[in-house]
Amino acid sequence: MKVLVAVKRVVDYNVKVRAKSDQSGVDLANVKMAMNPFCEIAVEEAVRLKEAGKVEEIVAVSVGPDAAQEQLRTALALGADRAILVRHEGESEPLGVAKVLHKLVEREQADMVLLGKQAIDDDNNQTGQMLAALMNRPQGTFISELNIDGEQVSITREVDGGLQKIRFQLPAVITVDLRLNEPRYASLPNIMKARQKPLDAVDPAELGVDLEPRLAVLKVTDPPVRQAGIVVETVADLVDKLRNEAKVI
Amino acid sequence: MQLTSEHKILAESARRFVQQEIDPHVEQWERERIFPARELFRKLGALGLLGVTKPEQVGGLGLDYSYAAVVHQELGRCLSGGVPMAIGVQTDMATPALARFGSDEVRQRFLAPAVSGEMVACIGVSEPDAGSDVAAIRTRAVRDGDDYVISGSKMWITNGTQADWMCMLAVTGGDHRHRNKSLICVPLRDEDGSRYPGVSLTSKIEKIGMHCSDTALLSFDEVRVPVRWRIGEEGEGFIYQMQQFQEERLFAALSTIGALEQALAETEDYVRERRIFGAPVLNNQVVHYRLAELHTELAGLKALTWQGVESVVAGEDATPLASMAKLSSARLARTLIDSCLQYWGGMGYSSESAISRRYRDSRLWSIGGGADEVMLGIICKHLDLMPGGTEGDRR
Repeated sequence: MKVLVAVKRVVDYNVKVRAKSDQSGVDLANVKMAMNPFCEIAVEEAVRLKEAGKVEEIVAVSVGPDAAQEQLRTALALGADRAILVRHEGESEPLGVAKVLHKLVEREQADMVLLGKQAIDDDNNQTGQMLAALMNRPQGTFISELNIDGEQVSITREVDGGLQKIRFQLPAVITVDLRLNEPRYASLPNIMKARQKPLDAVDPAELGVDLEPRLAVLKVTDPPVRQAGIVVETVADLVDKLRNEAKVI
Repeated sequence: MQLTSEHKILAESARRFVQQEIDPHVEQWERERIFPARELFRKLGALGLLGVTKPEQVGGLGLDYSYAAVVHQELGRCLSGGVPMAIGVQTDMATPALARFGSDEVRQRFLAPAVSGEMVACIGVSEPDAGSDVAAIRTRAVRDGDDYVISGSKMWITNGTQADWMCMLAVTGGDHRHRNKSLICVPLRDEDGSRYPGVSLTSKIEKIGMHCSDTALLSFDEVRVPVRWRIGEEGEGFIYQMQQFQEERLFAALSTIGALEQALAETEDYVRERRIFGAPVLNNQVVHYRLAELHTELAGLKALTWQGVESVVAGEDATPLASMAKLSSARLARTLIDSCLQYWGGMGYSSESAISRRYRDSRLWSIGGGADEVMLGIICKHLDLMPGGTEGDRR
């Protein structure tokens, strides 16, 4: 079985981002970038499936600038077999990325696509679902457990109010949630071995996909500063404020 | 130096390791005055981080020093200076001479397990009566048949209460004070974990900082060690140790760089959030100008230190640059962290803030690993500025 894993280069989760002063977006100058944490979980799951003998080949794919090679190299160091960079500067939107992945699934004859449930930069949570629609194949989203038996996939997905278990047939699209696994660290021997693994670059035009944004960003601002809280003397005060000021009861 | 994507991925891996495997436990380890060296070193060993530059025959990666350098910088970001220091003892203080000059047998016995993290190592140079003046050490290793019989004591031994073996500098005989010493691998524990015969822990030393790192005074009473566990030639120990100090000094500078970058980042977060007179603390010119000055000085330190790294990679004698970097990093640590702490106000003086621990921990580096004054002496010697008759022993 061949698995395609999507990997996105995003602002490191430790960075406190700030809006640009002209409100055109988030300030990315000299900001540390890293692999989207949900993508790491997807890579880890693919590697575990390979270690369990259920997957033969893992292909990591990223849509992004040349610098995204770093995240692909990381995926290779974590255990992916080869990588494809689809070169694209600037914003990438879920539909464009889904179209790219769709083309690559066809080209690679992949049996399964593993993605993070969302990327922590735009938090769209759409790419996997759109890809499944384009492929006209089943989707298992927000999964916390994955079992594969031949063509049959059983997953547990995290939904509001509990866990949902579903089964479907491959080929399929799977998006992973936080609790699926704990990604390993890239070990130094594997980082050095990853240098030998192939990393190809293609232009979206070669795949016949137009990645031009369909959305116009009007403005990006910092969240409003929260007002400081107060300490109330009695429960009666609290009830009074909840009823008359906050108007929630 | 142009870093490759492998350097960057390695740095990222090391940084994540610090954030997830070390930082969450720092409060507890500091309180308990010890960290679990064996457990942590095994994890580091499994990732290859204890053998970056060590030969492949002993399980290392055999890479050039620049790869180790990026790891050291990331380790320095740790919320406690004690843990990176202990790791540095294992990788850059107790083992470089063994890797360079040890026989196959002694490398398999002591270096391979230090690379895998199965064994904890320490370096035994300083004594109660000799520290900066290395040639004045008195611990003796007297030959008796195929053994050395070792007597003396070793002080300020980082990892001392937990270590399995010591890379010890001892007097093995001869007249010239630079040619009468040898480096010997001395077991501190038997295979069952009990103390090796003749070795005793005299005391665990309390310090103003580096609380989770154990520091010991160890005594050796007629400890028998096979002569073949000596590193390299007899009488060459002082020279080997002087070479081994280059890694130690660069480690100190590199991990300090990580600590200082982190101190600045933490302080910037704090002064952006903390408000005074209706505006963020950062808005005061005295604050943002000072932070700009500190960044400038740190960039200078980084350039100097990486010049030292390049010099090591090129196979040159890095002594002057490594010594300058060590001196410069220790001094900048004192001023930079003090300046940062000031802007934390009362929080900076409270034990619970990260900056106050960095303040206590970093003070060591003007003393440990060769005091500032020793670095100055070495730099003078290389510049031919040392007046006759007052030369220090450390090159």
